[in-house]
Amino acid sequence: MKYSSRLRVRRVYRWCEEPLSFNRKLKTHEYRSLAISVEGLPRTTVIKTGQHILIEGDDEDNPYVAKVVKLFSDESGTQKKAVVQWFARVSEVPLSKLKLLGREPHPQEIFYYEGRSCDDEVNAESILRPVQVKHLDGAAPFPDSVDKDTLYVKLSWDSKTFRAVDSALVEQDRPPCPKPSLPPSPPCSPLAAAPGSRGPSRRALPTPDLAVLRRALSGEVRRGRATMSAGKAGAAEAESLHSATKLSASKCLSAKRRDASARTPGVRKKLELSGPDNKSMICDDVLSQLLDDELESEVTFAQRMSSSPPQATPLTHSLTPLRKAHRAPAAEGAFPLKPAAIVLSKSSLSEMSPPSAARDDSSRELLDKSPQRGDVTEAGLPNGSVKTPRRRNGTPRRNYLTSGQKATTPSRKKEPKTLKEPALGVLAEVDNENSPMLPVATTPRSSKRKSAQLVSSRIRKQLNLLENQQDLNSDGEDEDEFVPSKKELQSSSEDDEDEAALESDEEVVLKKGRHAASGPRTPRSKQKTRSSTRTPRKTPNKKITPGTPRTPHRATPSIPSRSLPARQPANVLEEARTRLHVSSVPESLPCREQEFQDIYSFVESKIVDGTGGCMYISGVPGTGKTATVHEVMRCLQHAADVDEIPPFHFIEINGMKMTDPHQAYVQILQKLTGQKATADHAAALLEKRFSNPAPRKETTVLLVDELDLLWTRKQNVMYNLFDWPTRRHARLVVLTIANTMDLPERIMINRVASRLGLTRMSFQPYSFKQLQQIIMSRLNKVKAFEEDALQLVSRKVAALSGDARRCLDICRRATEICEHSAAKPSATGLVGMSHVMEVLNEMFSSSYITAIKCASVQEQLFLRAVIAEFRRLGLEEATFQQVFVQHQALCRVEGLQPISVSEGLAVCQRLGACRLLLLEPSRLGVLQRVRLNVSQDDVLFALKAD
Amino acid sequence: MIICIIGFIDVQVQDILRERFCRQQLPDRLEGVEAQHKHLLELLKRTAVHGESNSVLIVGPRGAGKTMLLKCVLRDLLEEKEAQKNLLQVHLNGLLQTDDRIALKEITRQLHLENVVGDKVFGSFAENLAFLLEALKKGDRSSSRPVLFVLDEFDLFAHHKNQTLLYNLFDVSQSAQAPVAVVGITCRLDVLELLEKRVKSRFSHRQIHLLSNPTFPQYLERVRTQLSLPDRFPDQEFCQDWNDGTLCEDKSVQDVLQKHFNSSKDFRSLHMLLMLCLSRVSVSRPAIRPADLLEASRLCFTDSKANMLHGLSILELCLIIAMKHLNDVYEGEPFNLQMVHNEFKKFLQRKSNSMYNFEQPVIMKAFEHLQQLELIRPVDSTAAKTQREYQLMRLMLDHSQIMEALQKYPQCPTDVKQWAMSSTELKETFWM
Repeated sequence: MKYSSRLRVRRVYRWCEEPLSFNRKLKTHEYRSLAISVEGLPRTTVIKTGQHILIEGDDEDNPYVAKVVKLFSDESGTQKKAVVQWFARVSEVPLSKLKLLGREPHPQEIFYYEGRSCDDEVNAESILRPVQVKHLDGAAPFPDSVDKDTLYVKLSWDSKTFRAVDSALVEQDRPPCPKPSLPPSPPCSPLAAAPGSRGPSRRALPTPDLAVLRRALSGEVRRGRATMSAGKAGAAEAESLHSATKLSASKCLSAKRRDASARTPGVRKKLELSGPDNKSMICDDVLSQLLDDELESEVTFAQRMSSSPPQATPLTHSLTPLRKAHRAPAAEGAFPLKPAAIVLSKSSLSEMSPPSAARDDSSRELLDKSPQRGDVTEAGLPNGSVKTPRRRNGTPRRNYLTSGQKATTPSRKKEPKTLKEPALGVLAEVDNENSPMLPVATTPRSSKRKSAQLVSSRIRKQLNLLENQQDLNSDGEDEDEFVPSKKELQSSSEDDEDEAALESDEEVVLKKGRHAASGPRTPRSKQKTRSSTRTPRKTPNKKITPGTPRTPHRATPSIPSRSLPARQPANVLEEARTRLHVSSVPESLPCREQEFQDIYSFVESKIVDGTGGCMYISGVPGTGKTATVHEVMRCLQHAADVDEIPPFHFIEINGMKMTDPHQAYVQILQKLTGQKATADHAAALLEKRFSNPAPRKETTVLLVDELDLLWTRKQNVMYNLFDWPTRRHARLVVLTIANTMDLPERIMINRVASRLGLTRMSFQPYSFKQLQQIIMSRLNKVKAFEEDALQLVSRKVAALSGDARRCLDICRRATEICEHSAAKPSATGLVGMSHVMEVLNEMFSSSYITAIKCASVQEQLFLRAVIAEFRRLGLEEATFQQVFVQHQALCRVEGLQPISVSEGLAVCQRLGACRLLLLEPSRLGVLQRVRLNVSQDDVLFALKAD
Repeated sequence: MIICIIGFIDVQVQDILRERFCRQQLPDRLEGVEAQHKHLLELLKRTAVHGESNSVLIVGPRGAGKTMLLKCVLRDLLEEKEAQKNLLQVHLNGLLQTDDRIALKEITRQLHLENVVGDKVFGSFAENLAFLLEALKKGDRSSSRPVLFVLDEFDLFAHHKNQTLLYNLFDVSQSAQAPVAVVGITCRLDVLELLEKRVKSRFSHRQIHLLSNPTFPQYLERVRTQLSLPDRFPDQEFCQDWNDGTLCEDKSVQDVLQKHFNSSKDFRSLHMLLMLCLSRVSVSRPAIRPADLLEASRLCFTDSKANMLHGLSILELCLIIAMKHLNDVYEGEPFNLQMVHNEFKKFLQRKSNSMYNFEQPVIMKAFEHLQQLELIRPVDSTAAKTQREYQLMRLMLDHSQIMEALQKYPQCPTDVKQWAMSSTELKETFWM
């Protein structure tokens, strides 16, 4: 799903008709469809409510997916807005949560988004193009169709869990009897809301392109392929503004005020028939297309026919009468909605006939209750915002808005809200099928599934008129899509390997992709159409195999699991040992309450405000810096889970866990999006992500551990890390951890230190009371230690370093010693002073003295000779030759046979290997200089004790 | 026929003992380090069985039996089914894995992670690190197989850039990830000082010191056990004779062993000595005799540099003696070729009756040969600009080595000998 960012097409967004309704309270005009056209060309793509669309976001390859719920503009008509129901792509779901899925997500899978954190109001100018979205049953496999243009929905995602989603929610709602607010005909009577006043000035506008226009026409059918770059900046700005309103109360208020002032009551035009001019225009299009594409199969023709709604009008006209006769009884019985639908269908035949035709089916469907219908449906003509309540739950204000609107439309409105039975959805789907524009395009693709085939065949029977075309279409379509796709698969896999070899090539490939993507806009040649199908296919592929480019197959990092389960602790001491292990996460972190509170409130405020910031945390090792931050994150995550604060995204990097400071970019990007890229590319992507506004952005909390290792000569890594949070749209909170308190002053250049800011925190080493408390809380009433023993440990550690890890390690070792000595019946079974003393001796006593005591006679003599020579020279350094003379003399004194020089060198080397002596490289032989690594007193003490 | 049988027995003896001396066969029971053995075994068992992460350092001088201790522990550990089925082992050596990149590849290869194909590890350094960490992170205490990392020459790993590998291994061992046991083996007593403070904090500070201090009788006993044949030896009679041998009671043997004991107590030097003895055992001499041991000891203690002097030409030897005199006169100050040549000429003029003057190029050639043998070395290697005749050199020999060589030098002219001795005496009298 690439859209060209290079080939920027200047797009114009217009309302297709007069506003449907006017909301007095909010002063908004509501519209039913939006026409996107490329400047200078007559053709347009029409986006209607209920249709699935792609909305441009920060990831070029994966624009956001959403369904249009409502289209409206403010009073002046300058601001075009759309209320959408979001869908989350796989890449948007945090990696950690993907695990909940319990299976590999399909690359084209999307999730019905039920989270509350995202503003559902977007700037209409960020709409790229329509897309096909199909609902799949939970158990149903993903169709192995190679059509990469279609996205599949199985589950909903509310930022915490996945749930099965009702097909009705997903499918294009073509409300059986559209509310008056949804004018059925999509005439492109342009409201021409002064293009200049909108986005254009704000962004680089696309150049008019004939191909694009054609594409736009056929866009309805090939929605998935149609690519348009919309006004990014403008749209996104507006969007972020909206999302911001959600989060900060003050902003919310101001926004409300603004809205109120902006909207004035207006005329609500109910149902508008497709204007003649509009029709003629479309006819022209068709004609021109037909002329252009003489070579193209009928398929495309049919598609085009179906895709451009007005075209279909004649067909539906002829259909309608037949249909009406059929459906009336059943449908009416099934739905109270029907009357309205009929009314509508009368008023706008072109639109209404399909639904009416569908009614039949839908009633049958109801009986069948085959939920797979979802597969069959496709994005068609978007109609009412049937699903309002569900979609809206995030923004009460919006909700209000829509419902207010709906209040004007009589019966129709409420039904969708109340009726959430699948039937409605099914009905809507079937409508879609029957509607002239869709079935042609959709049925064939989905026809691989049995139920879908059934349905389509049924439909075909009914739609006698269309039948032939459809058949042709389906065949043609299949060929058209399938064959090239196979090739494409191969080539893309090859490509993948190529890319693997040269990661840097990725850019080039991307460009190629873009190039290809631009192809589809000219439907003239088949090849280009193919290339269009090709591009989208490619991108997901890349997505799936993002990583380990040189790895021949996708490797999952894992340690094999053990065949026998780990044994559980059997006695008190073992239990205590398990609890005292540094790795065991305690229920709460004692002794860091103040620090916890500070960090918590800092991060929380940033999340709630939707702003960014930096914090620097310092402290010597083992004082609980990382643990506290993790604890804060756990608590915040919990708060987010229970909706106290908006959800956020927590990622963590560690300077020690990367091979090079620039790998930080790679890791951040990978944890954020799952993408893999080279360091430079990742930096560019992140830069873009954090500087560009996006409609749906959760706050990202980034923990940078061991910050000092990210130091580079230019300090660009640190600079970027601290610069991003200051960006307006970044919503990034950076917590940095390092050991030294004055790190910013010592190693950072001014512009970096300045960006880090002054929010600093220092973790003091634990005092003995705190250490004691930590042990106690870990033990949690497991009685394994004597009071005195605990106190001894904590006092000793507090005096030395205040390192909690050391403290826990000592305790753990003490339990071991206690266990071994517990064989004696006299022992109480508790860890006592003696055990702790033993451990302290083991860990803290220097081994040098023991080593000297255990050395051989000659080695001891040599040490003595060294000291003697030092004393003679008055220096702390001597050559081996000098020491050896002393050594020979000492040997004679001791009555030992003098050793040879080789032997003496060997003795010297042995002492050097233990680092009792410090030696020069041994190639210097007798000339090498010798120094002592222990104090002379220690040596003499050790030798005397003999 | 009898010779045949004896020959067969001889081969058997050689096999068994050589295997033992070359440390290919682990001893059934460790002596003197039972406590350490128990400690390490318990520790590794907890990792293997309970999934508890640990880190430990085995510290001891060279030849103290660190690796043997670990091998014995692993052997005993793997006797347990539960441990055997679970434990994954990764052996690294600081001398082989000289940087983290190589070490990571080796770890990945030995763990057979999924980015290993055949024997090759794919991916860049950064990818490998991320992959391994991800793999370890995915594991947890109770479900993943414990991994034992053995880092031989641990101190060399501390010299890797940023100590990334050590940090990560210790970090894994201190966090709730896949259970690991990190066992470092080193002979440096100050190894903890090498660790960076963050790495040090993550290390559990368990050190097992192998500092045994056997007395001489224990040492003798050790020699005896090392030389004894096992009970399962096919020829019982021969075995009996061999084991009853009174080698260690011999006074001269005890003196030799005492000398070795004084020099070093480790196994490795002892094995070297015994191996030399063993190689003298043959069909005709089916036992180790005291003379064999003396000879072996002599071989062990010979001075290598003095041996080299025996192979020098008389001119080169004369130059060495001249250098020695220069060293005496100038108190170890460096010298150059011209100075040596002058000294040599003085000798020729005054005392020599068997030696004649040599051409300068010949002297130069001899001098260069001495430099190649590294009996002399230039003071600073950078001074290549100066003419070779004037390049300053130092003598790499001790006086005692020169004198010893002269004593043994075949057909050494007496005047040369006297020349060498004279200055020594002179010096000694000067000192008096």
